[in-house]
Amino acid sequence: MEAAKKIDENDHTVYHTVYHIKTTGRGPLIETEHFCLWYGSSQALFDVSMDIELGLVTALIGPSGCGKSTLLRSLNRMNDLIDGLRTRGAVRFDGHDIYDRDTDVIGLRKRMGMVFQKPNPFPMSISENVTYPLKVDGIHDKTVLAETVERALQGAALWEEVKDRLKDNALGLSGGQQQRLCIARAIAADPDVLLMDEPCSALDPIATARIEELINELRGRYTIIIVTHNMQQAARVSDNTAFMYLGRLIEYGETTRIFTTPRSAKTEDYVTGRFG
Amino acid sequence: MYKSITFALTRTATAADQTGEAVKYIRRTGRSDLSARGEPFLWGLGGALAFGTLMIFGFLALIVWNGLVTFYPKPVQVVALSDGTLLAGEPSRSEVYKPGPQVLEHLDEPARQAIAAEHGYARRTLFRTGNFDLYNEDFRWASDFSIVSVAEPADVYFIERIEWGPFVGFIRSLNLKGETVSGAALSRQIIEEAHRRAVQRRELIREIEREEIGAVNHRLNSERLKLKRIALKQGENSGTYRQAAAESLALQEALQGRYHDLARDAQAVKAEDAQYTVTLAEIGGRGKTIPLSQVVRFTLPNDMSFFEKIRLYLSRWLEFLTDEPREANAEGGVMPALFGTFVMTVLMALAVAPFGVMAALYLREYAKQGKLVSVVRICVNNLAGVPSIVYGVFGLGFFAYICGGTIDRLFFPERLPNPVFGTGGLLWASLTLALLTVPVVIVATEEALAAVPQSMREGSLACGASRWQTIKYIVLPRALPGIMTGLILAMARGAGEVAPLMLVGVVKLAPELPLDGFFPYIHLERSFMHLGFHIFDVGFQSRNSEAGKPMVFVTTLLLISLVAFLNATAIVIRNRLKRRFLIGHF
Repeated sequence: MEAAKKIDENDHTVYHTVYHIKTTGRGPLIETEHFCLWYGSSQALFDVSMDIELGLVTALIGPSGCGKSTLLRSLNRMNDLIDGLRTRGAVRFDGHDIYDRDTDVIGLRKRMGMVFQKPNPFPMSISENVTYPLKVDGIHDKTVLAETVERALQGAALWEEVKDRLKDNALGLSGGQQQRLCIARAIAADPDVLLMDEPCSALDPIATARIEELINELRGRYTIIIVTHNMQQAARVSDNTAFMYLGRLIEYGETTRIFTTPRSAKTEDYVTGRFG
Repeated sequence: MYKSITFALTRTATAADQTGEAVKYIRRTGRSDLSARGEPFLWGLGGALAFGTLMIFGFLALIVWNGLVTFYPKPVQVVALSDGTLLAGEPSRSEVYKPGPQVLEHLDEPARQAIAAEHGYARRTLFRTGNFDLYNEDFRWASDFSIVSVAEPADVYFIERIEWGPFVGFIRSLNLKGETVSGAALSRQIIEEAHRRAVQRRELIREIEREEIGAVNHRLNSERLKLKRIALKQGENSGTYRQAAAESLALQEALQGRYHDLARDAQAVKAEDAQYTVTLAEIGGRGKTIPLSQVVRFTLPNDMSFFEKIRLYLSRWLEFLTDEPREANAEGGVMPALFGTFVMTVLMALAVAPFGVMAALYLREYAKQGKLVSVVRICVNNLAGVPSIVYGVFGLGFFAYICGGTIDRLFFPERLPNPVFGTGGLLWASLTLALLTVPVVIVATEEALAAVPQSMREGSLACGASRWQTIKYIVLPRALPGIMTGLILAMARGAGEVAPLMLVGVVKLAPELPLDGFFPYIHLERSFMHLGFHIFDVGFQSRNSEAGKPMVFVTTLLLISLVAFLNATAIVIRNRLKRRFLIGHF
């Protein structure tokens, strides 16, 4: 345990405790090191340092506006779309700093599938949606595409439902099916990491349960990082949990420990529902 | 429900009153007054809509009705006037007017009293008398008080001619190569048969003069230009030139010979044609002899069955749509103008679509949204408000004189000082209109791009697509219906624009279509005719605006139909594209 007293840029003394605990994974795949991020003049992330273990499910929890989505989007540089973005510190993926000037951002994103809060299938057929990452890579081999469609849709537990209407427009699917289609799309090109930004917040409880089941099935094959508002969900699906508050990483560790014996008072307040 | 609310509020107020404090409550009555309900505004809004709709439909009804009835044959009336003369013509319209004192002086007592009873007003009718070559006027007013009798004789002809407008009167005799047919022998069959042959001769002359002699002239001209080109390049004393000149001389002589043969053929047919004439007589008895081939059609408007009238009506429409204009555009067809408008609009759309879409793509998808982009955007929006004549001046100065002049100097030096591209033409007119309508396309495309949800772009980028791939695969297909809408607006505006075109290539009468049988088949440098300008020309520049009026309506109808047709096509395409995005939960 290391307790840190730091003085932030505005000369406010802030007290927070960061717990670095090596979990039972096979070593870190993504490491953030004193990572700070600004949107224009407002700082969204303060000195976040955490290691994300290979092959595990890591949940990011915290109240709205705490920076968990920002952190997730920093990992595949989706934040680049925003004007006036600045960063400090480093995010290392597989040993390389992704904020390095000569990083191939497109190549980085190809190794990380992403699933968004609201299902966002493209207005194309179901199979075209799944093969979109391959189309982007210039793969047109019909057999490869067909295999990918089946493998990805089975991986996303959607195959049985849609195998007879792969040519139908994806917008005709239900919300939960659309989200699983987005997961299929994210894993179609076989990425290393699956980033999920509140994937169940627009879904009903049954669809949510299916997605959670799916995450459990995908565990081990992909390194999954999931942002969630729902603490039960974090407890159910994740191996490690990070609690963030006001742009800072407050506590990070094994999920069972975070939920049973949190070391920070803020974490305890949050996981027990006293605030947030 | 209102009652219970009122009751509850009243009770609260009462409870407060009991405490004795001077508290003022705003009491809601549960009833709203007229202004709050917005009823008067509703009536105002509905009224505005109704007024607008009424105006549009009234306008369309006026155009469509007048346009449709123009070609329907009207009866010819023979009117006996009180001064003993006769007048024959189509009654075209009548109005109430106030006769002057000089006119009243010469009237008899009952007529004067009748006018006095109408507070000095009388009714008069405008007759289309035709026979411009005899009367020096096409139309004549006849006041009701001066009309003695009106008849519709079955044997009065309405004859449409190539020159001088229609002739109203009778056929006195046919002169068929020295043989005169008149009186009882002059049957309908004989007239029609002789006319049919005359029309064949007219077409033959036209074919020889326009097609064959035209082709010979074209080859002669290109030979001459080829030679001049060599002279310009290598000098007139070079061996190449002398060799080419010798070769060319033989060819030119052959062509000259062919030309003379053709001219002789044409002359022979013309001489033959001159022997077939028809002698016409107007209602007053004055005669007029014209070649039969000068007649477009003979009609007996007072002696036609309904089906004959319909046939005549359709044949006039066919002539209007497929023939060239004659009589200073006041008669004949509008095919060159229709074709010119169509080709120009399509070319404009082809030019403006990629240009506007690319500009909007950069502005919305790539450019950093800052002050500079805002300024550019404001400028683009303001460009849409620049008067179109300014674009015409710019088009003439920049496209025709600078761009076209440069092209001429570089590629057609042998034709100078005659300009090829260095003057107004179809290409420059299309580009000028494209420039005029590009703000419309940019604004519409930007809106369409902005309407593509950000989540689509993020989804694509997260799949590892580059920005360009995202635009190509996701953004553009999704924005296409909106872009099409912008294009439709641009086309509607461009097709109806006349003012700038007058400067950059539209002419009153274009001798050649921009499309013909000579290489390179499509001649974008040629000046062309345009329906909008045609309307202006026929209505306001012709010798008799009264005679041009029906043509104005018909041409307007045609222009509106053409714009509607182009728009309908684009809308059909857009709706096909749109259908893909209609289903969906979000």
